[in-house]
Amino acid sequence: MRAEPESTDELVAARALTVRAGGHDMLSSVDLAVHEREIVTVIGPNGAGKTTLLRALLGLVAPTSGTVARRKRLAVGYVPQHVAIDRTLPLTVRRFLTLSPRARASHLAATLAETGTEKLAERAFQDLSGGEQKRVLLARALLADPDLLALDEPTASVDLPGQAAFYRLIRDIRDRRGCGILLVSHDLHLVMAATDRVVCLNHHVCCSGTPEAVSRNPEYLALFGVQPAEAVAVYAHGHGHDHAHDLASDTPGKTAHG
Amino acid sequence: MDDFILRALAAGCGLAAFMGPLGVFVVWRRMAYFGDTLSHSALLGVAVGVILGIDATIGVVATGVAVALLLLALRHNRALAEDTLLGLLAHGALSLGLVALAFLGAVRVDLMSYLFGDILSVGAGEIAWIYGGGAAALGVLTWLWRPFLALTVHEELARVEGVNAFRTQAAFMVLMALVVALAMKIVGILLVTALLILPAAAARQFARTPEAMALGAAVAGCVAVAGGLAGSLAWDLPAGPAIVVAASILFVLAVPFRPAAARSKLLRKT
Repeated sequence: MRAEPESTDELVAARALTVRAGGHDMLSSVDLAVHEREIVTVIGPNGAGKTTLLRALLGLVAPTSGTVARRKRLAVGYVPQHVAIDRTLPLTVRRFLTLSPRARASHLAATLAETGTEKLAERAFQDLSGGEQKRVLLARALLADPDLLALDEPTASVDLPGQAAFYRLIRDIRDRRGCGILLVSHDLHLVMAATDRVVCLNHHVCCSGTPEAVSRNPEYLALFGVQPAEAVAVYAHGHGHDHAHDLASDTPGKTAHG
Repeated sequence: MDDFILRALAAGCGLAAFMGPLGVFVVWRRMAYFGDTLSHSALLGVAVGVILGIDATIGVVATGVAVALLLLALRHNRALAEDTLLGLLAHGALSLGLVALAFLGAVRVDLMSYLFGDILSVGAGEIAWIYGGGAAALGVLTWLWRPFLALTVHEELARVEGVNAFRTQAAFMVLMALVVALAMKIVGILLVTALLILPAAAARQFARTPEAMALGAAVAGCVAVAGGLAGSLAWDLPAGPAIVVAASILFVLAVPFRPAAARSKLLRKT
């Protein structure tokens, strides 16, 4: 289903979006919008439907009910979570980058420099490390000159200093290009520093708002705990999480309930 | 040299020239079992052709497309794993074809020539089919090359970038069905997949770009056809299997050559 976004600076918006898969709701009545020049981060435990939400917003999954509206002629740069290319396919990074029908070859050199991938251009894509691969994927997304940049767990296979650098790069890209950015992540603390708005998702929107407000929200704390060290234990609990706490969602603080 | 050898060489090389560029996609997308399923369904296509009184090639292409569409529908359903589905369709279609031909009276169809090919008896009409169909297939593949390569690398990325995945994949399936129908006469239903994947796998060792690998696969396929025919003449071997043996020998000879990309990696590390 497609409709026009409501306000003029909305790039993409989900309204009452529900996606059913395998007999249960992966997403249940989710409202989410990304505006121009805005960095929105979706966080949530594993299996909370984060990737499904991203794929639905990009039109890769059809909504079961509700709507997804994308601005007309919206150019999207997509950085998927995994890219596994068969080793029998001889493909240099340069060739990988120009595969997109929208790629502008004239922008290649500048985009390689912007993402710090100049030295990788002639390497085989399959030989790249996780972090190198993510930068190359970002370069491919930028070659489409996107209005909206959508990144799925962009730092999942990147070491800690590399993660901080990657989020700085993403913020710089927003400042320089003025595009909207939608991030999906389950690592919280680095993301918190680089984002305008956080949406905490566990099949439904638990809470959303500024990083500071969300990090004080009881529902966020119930999902992720207070200390980062506890995060691992909380992930295990994520699936069984019940919806009873919805009743307690009218909590003080600057959070808007989804 | 006898005329039938020249005709066999012309048919075989024409076939190899467009099986190479298609075969590289079969290797990259790990579709070898899909190729087998399509070719196994070809016998059913022959039966359909006899029943409807139409050309066997058209019957085989139509059946191949139907099987591919059935596979797409069943895969969408996700009730069974993909290899189970492929096995079910491959052997179901092959058996159904054999049973149908038995009902029609086996005398009208030379089963061995369909199963293992009969390249030494190809006539001018079949060569015309191969070159006409092959040129059309190569034309479509050239047109689809870039979107299909993008889909092969990462389907969702390509879709977000505006590639029409369904149309491109459907066109590829029709091309595969066409290739199976044309190759059936040369190497036979049971060996078609070998001629798709062996030259492509051999070419991989030397190729630095996707296009070079496609071209290399076409050349390797022609060499295998020529080698197989020569062996068939010299030692009175069945031609179809001899061609596949020649392609296998080419692949084994290519193995010691390190793939081009890995070689550049090795150089960088020293």
